[in-house]
Amino acid sequence: MPVILATDVLVWLLVLAAAGYGLYCRRQPHLAAAWQRVFRSPAAMASSVALVFFLGVALLDSLHYRPALDTRPGEQKAYGTEVRSVLDLPLADLRGNTEKTYSAPLAMVSYAKEQVELPNGKMGREFPRLRFGGSHLKDASEWAGDVTRRVLAGFAASVLLFIMAALVIRRLGKRRPEIPWNAALAAVGGLLFVTGPAVALSLCYHVLGTDKVGQDVLYLALKSVRTSVVIGTLTTIVLLPVGIALGIMAGYFRGWVDDVIQYVYTTLNSIPGVLLIAASVLMVQVYVDTHPDLFQTAAQRADFRLLMLCIIMGLTSWTGLTRVLRGETLKLSQLEYVQAAHAFGVRQPRILARHILPNVAHIVIITLALDFSGFVLAEAVLSYIGVGVDPSTNSFGTIINAARLEMSREPVVWWTLATAFTFMFVLVLAANLFADAARDGFDPRVRV
Amino acid sequence: MSGGSGDAVLAVAELRTRLDAPGGAVRAVDGVDFELRRGECFALVGESGSGKSMTALSILRLLPEAGRITGGRVRLGEQELLGLPELAMRAVRGRRVAMIFQEPATALNPVLTVGRQIAEVIERHTGNRNPGKKVLELLNAVGVPDPARRCGEYPFQLSGGLKQRVMIAAALAAEPEVLIADEPTTALDVTIQAQILDLLARLQAERSMAILLITHDLGIVARMAQRVAVMYAGEIVEVAARDDFFAAPQHPYAQKLFEALPSPQKRGAELSVIAGQVPSLAANFTGCRFAERCESAWDRCRTEAPRLIPLGAARLVRCHLRERGPAAARHAVAIAGTEEVTYVAVESEPVLAEAVELKVHFPIREGLFKRVVGQVRAVDGVSLTVRTGRTLALVGESGCGKTTVGKALLRLLQPTGGRVAFAGRDLASLSGAELRASRRGMQIIFQDPYASLNPRMRVAEILGEGMQSLDVGASDQERSRRIATLLAQVGLPAEALQRYPHEFSGGQRQRIAIARALAVEPRLIVCDEPTSALDVSVQAQILNLLKELQRRLGIAYLFITHNLSIVEYLAHEVAVMYLGRIVERGTAAEVLENPRHPYTAALLSAVPMVEGKRDIIRLQGELPSPVHPPAGCHFHPRCPEAMPECRLAYPEPVRLSRTRTVSCLLYRASKVASSS
Amino acid sequence: MFAYIVRRLLYAIPILVGVNLLTFALFFVVNTPDDMARMQLGAKRVTPEAIEKWKAERGYDLPLVWNSNEKFFLDKATKTIFVQKSAKLFLFDFGYSEDKRDIAGEITTRMWPSLALQVPVFFIGLAVCITFALLMAVFRASYLDVWGVVLCVAMMAISMLFYIIGGQYLFSKVLHLVPISGYQGGGDAFKFLILPVAIGVIAGIGGASRLYRTLFLEEMAKDFVRTARAKGLSERVVLFRHVLRNALIPILTGVVVAIPFLFLGSLLQESFFGIPGLGSYTIEAIQAQDFAVLRAMVFIGAVLYILALIATDISYTVADPRVRLQ
Repeated sequence: MPVILATDVLVWLLVLAAAGYGLYCRRQPHLAAAWQRVFRSPAAMASSVALVFFLGVALLDSLHYRPALDTRPGEQKAYGTEVRSVLDLPLADLRGNTEKTYSAPLAMVSYAKEQVELPNGKMGREFPRLRFGGSHLKDASEWAGDVTRRVLAGFAASVLLFIMAALVIRRLGKRRPEIPWNAALAAVGGLLFVTGPAVALSLCYHVLGTDKVGQDVLYLALKSVRTSVVIGTLTTIVLLPVGIALGIMAGYFRGWVDDVIQYVYTTLNSIPGVLLIAASVLMVQVYVDTHPDLFQTAAQRADFRLLMLCIIMGLTSWTGLTRVLRGETLKLSQLEYVQAAHAFGVRQPRILARHILPNVAHIVIITLALDFSGFVLAEAVLSYIGVGVDPSTNSFGTIINAARLEMSREPVVWWTLATAFTFMFVLVLAANLFADAARDGFDPRVRV
Repeated sequence: MSGGSGDAVLAVAELRTRLDAPGGAVRAVDGVDFELRRGECFALVGESGSGKSMTALSILRLLPEAGRITGGRVRLGEQELLGLPELAMRAVRGRRVAMIFQEPATALNPVLTVGRQIAEVIERHTGNRNPGKKVLELLNAVGVPDPARRCGEYPFQLSGGLKQRVMIAAALAAEPEVLIADEPTTALDVTIQAQILDLLARLQAERSMAILLITHDLGIVARMAQRVAVMYAGEIVEVAARDDFFAAPQHPYAQKLFEALPSPQKRGAELSVIAGQVPSLAANFTGCRFAERCESAWDRCRTEAPRLIPLGAARLVRCHLRERGPAAARHAVAIAGTEEVTYVAVESEPVLAEAVELKVHFPIREGLFKRVVGQVRAVDGVSLTVRTGRTLALVGESGCGKTTVGKALLRLLQPTGGRVAFAGRDLASLSGAELRASRRGMQIIFQDPYASLNPRMRVAEILGEGMQSLDVGASDQERSRRIATLLAQVGLPAEALQRYPHEFSGGQRQRIAIARALAVEPRLIVCDEPTSALDVSVQAQILNLLKELQRRLGIAYLFITHNLSIVEYLAHEVAVMYLGRIVERGTAAEVLENPRHPYTAALLSAVPMVEGKRDIIRLQGELPSPVHPPAGCHFHPRCPEAMPECRLAYPEPVRLSRTRTVSCLLYRASKVASSS
Repeated sequence: MFAYIVRRLLYAIPILVGVNLLTFALFFVVNTPDDMARMQLGAKRVTPEAIEKWKAERGYDLPLVWNSNEKFFLDKATKTIFVQKSAKLFLFDFGYSEDKRDIAGEITTRMWPSLALQVPVFFIGLAVCITFALLMAVFRASYLDVWGVVLCVAMMAISMLFYIIGGQYLFSKVLHLVPISGYQGGGDAFKFLILPVAIGVIAGIGGASRLYRTLFLEEMAKDFVRTARAKGLSERVVLFRHVLRNALIPILTGVVVAIPFLFLGSLLQESFFGIPGLGSYTIEAIQAQDFAVLRAMVFIGAVLYILALIATDISYTVADPRVRLQ
């Protein structure tokens, strides 16, 4: 039974909107030219490969359903209470094969010693074998060989896929030679050479280990991608309409409209963002806790909190965009083509739509791209403080929060933190590189 | 002009400079040779993009990052500059060769006092650790009043003219042998330009300094230079002594430049234009670079690049034609006007637009509650009339309020007082739909062809916008037909419709702007400095177009400009503005041939002339602030003929003839009566 | 100058009023005191009496904005939650926290460790970033510049949490150079602060250096720099006298934008390193859902921000004669 979460709807609407924008860009030569400039940057091509990967994971993870329970024929169909997503289908093994507690990456034995019955019949403390990780091995001595074999097999598969990708890209390169396809190919290669062995190993091991309750860390990380992407994108669509409308109005109408808008944003700005977000999220939490009847499932409750977090972060961070747009609109509205439009008696909504908005659109695109990574990073911090996503939602912040106390253990449980930070680093770096390329492509000052 | 090459202070040979650009390297300077002699002023003339500024920057090795010198020699005295290590080059810059730039507003460091900026040159090059006294002397020498006070001020506290004087003082601080002046007066008003040119001429004479003057203005060349070189597309095409050059320019390009200049003698006729555009310097040239635009070009010009050939003593020209001998002298006086009849009968046409005692004040607000603490009296009681099918030129220096008058006339600005009428209707009382309807009658063309077209709209949309908004044309088909006609009218090809503004040159953009204004069939167009951003040859094209449209469509122009030679060529009537008020108005012939107001006379005399010479009436100081205009006659602090009564009250306009009034106490009623 | 500062201070009043109204709306209108009481008391023991008692103890048993039970007009207007809990913040009367401690007292004692952490981070960070950016700008398009920018971009993609956790692990746990957390006043503060300060500086390098590099390059392309070179001045003089002084002006405005981030950084650092400052106080309040403390911190944060803005304006006038003399 499909489950429709609010953020799913919005994410897919956003995909539709992006597609619509793409079509619009094709018809607008200046936008098409700007995007072409963006994609002429090798960094943009490479980073968009990574972004497409993350986006794909997030989109698969945004189609939710409740699995049907096994029923005898004739019985009415029943559905589980647990909400899963399409992403859980290929990852079913990762999801299902849990251990008791921590285990290191690729380990065969648990992290903690346990009372076990020794072969000689006595009881003793030992590292027990894992339920899943390396369970096909008889002995620890087989481990190294098995891992090597699997890595090589995965590698071989990657090479095959890479050759196919190279052939496709060569054909593309012939059609559009100005685009640095090799950068994209290198990124695809990097991705393949990491995922190939990882997939091969994940069939029998926990590639990135398990967490405190024995969940596979790779699975958790992949599930966290959606949260980051949702926060990075939905937050910007919340702040865009507010930021654009207020910024343009302040710059164009001036006078008291400008005074009021400036006052509002100085006031909002003067409250440290974290505090404002924290206070708002706490208020939402109070609301959720006092209205338990509004949410049918835990997933919906967690999703509501995620959505509210996006809205709150959006509503507290539009001020930057507004300030920039206000300045630009002030400048534009003095330009002679706007005055010429006044001389033709063109009505104000039309002047805003035809003369102002298209000429500030590049700022909006640049802001959108730059803010994405900021929100991804902020989520981790907020979740750590306890005002981020619901503790039951998978996110990098919740992983870090759960793991950071384990740094004091001996030996150190490093893999959960390392995984979360690496995934975040790659996602944010890709987003930053793409944002840079977008700025270079869209900023008229850069063009000669 | 006597000396041979032994006199040369600076000798440039085979200089080549490239600029790296996205479309490949641009050969901005491509084999330039010239020499600058001791104590002379040598002018390098050319239109924008000819490579004259790059030549100057190459000499000092101050090229922008994308630029590099690829060949040639620059000898300063006995020293070869291009081979010097950077450290030794720094000892040359400022010490032996100094440079001043076009834009004094940006060429001075905004956070250092002007005294400091002069002193650092002295400290750097003379070892004088205590340059305070020297700075004051220099400021005094360049005519900065009250140097002791100015010394401690920052550039933003100084007017444009004073800033350029400070620049000159800094350049002279280490007593260089050569001064390179790159368009030193282009950013300044004519009366200030006259002051700066005077200053440069005086300093050159006093210090027997050589000046390399880079300019696009032939009038400045005529006034300042002893020798001239004309640059075109990265090459020098002609070198000559000034008088020879002005008497008989030899290169077809130089000849065309003279013909394209507007002047009163050319009133009735079309200005000569140079077809096409300056070729891209990224390309390889096989023949003469001017061949595509040259009327006398033949096959050889396209296949063989001409060399600089000597033509008599100290004269060089780069043209195959001149192998057959020198060209004849320029006919200085052109065709007599066919328009003389209408020129006189100005008053026969009905009044189309009228401003009566128009006032536009901008409040200055300060403090928390935005209290109004003063008024900028941009326009302070201006009355004028524009007649059907006639051109009224509104002339004045920057900051005098002439643009504000134009915008208030169109109700783009709300007048503070007075009356504006168009076709007999009072515009001030109109609002909403009525105002919109009246907009059909009046349109505007702006100065900057780059800012006046929305970069995100196609030409078809730009032209259609006004028609759509003002309901011109019954249907879309009719509108597109009309758009096609418009394009043809302004001389653009039909395929321009689907293109965006950035694909056009400055002159073409200005044509689009004109077509946009014409789209709603206006009877009056306010032209706000429509050619001041354009090169002379392109300016001629636009002026021709405007004139022809007036003849065919009977449009009236309010032509706002600071360029008096355009006024002489184009206008029927002239109104001269000073600090928010009109000081003199009348027919073009009356005002320009026999100016009565001292300001008009000074303004006219300050324009550097290509033809002949006139005595310059030198004005002291600069335009005062319109926040606190001087008491009485606003002009009296600068007026050479000021009398004590002038500070008492603003003089009432005095009618000197049927068409002419002047606001000056020199022409009080009694005096007029006695003189007539 | 004096009049200017007074004017800026006056301008702060409407902003603080706005902040106050906003917090009032957020803390008392969106959710009623009843909701808060239910939340604090936990879901199980909630009886109407318990709620009333909880409210009465903390003074939340008043009407929101208008008390019609009182006799006098003044009391009707002032014996309200708005005046007692929100407007009193203006008098720096913050009331008591959930555990009945005086908030104002807490703030004054916790202020000093926070300052001891943030002030060095601010100044050292500024110096480091300006130096690094200047180096990149001077040697633009060299390996130093290219790899410097790459480094900045990479550093910008690293979460603040990583810097802290990684730093703590490396320097305290592995190398045992500094204590892992804790704080003492006086001279001992140094050994507790050195790591958090270093981390604060390093975390800020990426973004700031890259921004400053752009600003330097922008200034270097200006006409007056060309003039300075045309005077024959040495590169050192051009750089320090002409470029740096002008680039400082936009850098100063940028620093204000960084102040909220400084606050955020210290929030995490104080919590991780156990520094008893305002940041850890805030985190504790958030985790304990202590709204009285949060209200006070929001207000204090706004006051600090406005003070910082004014300080920036003043430093602006020092750096830019165009502002000073007009």
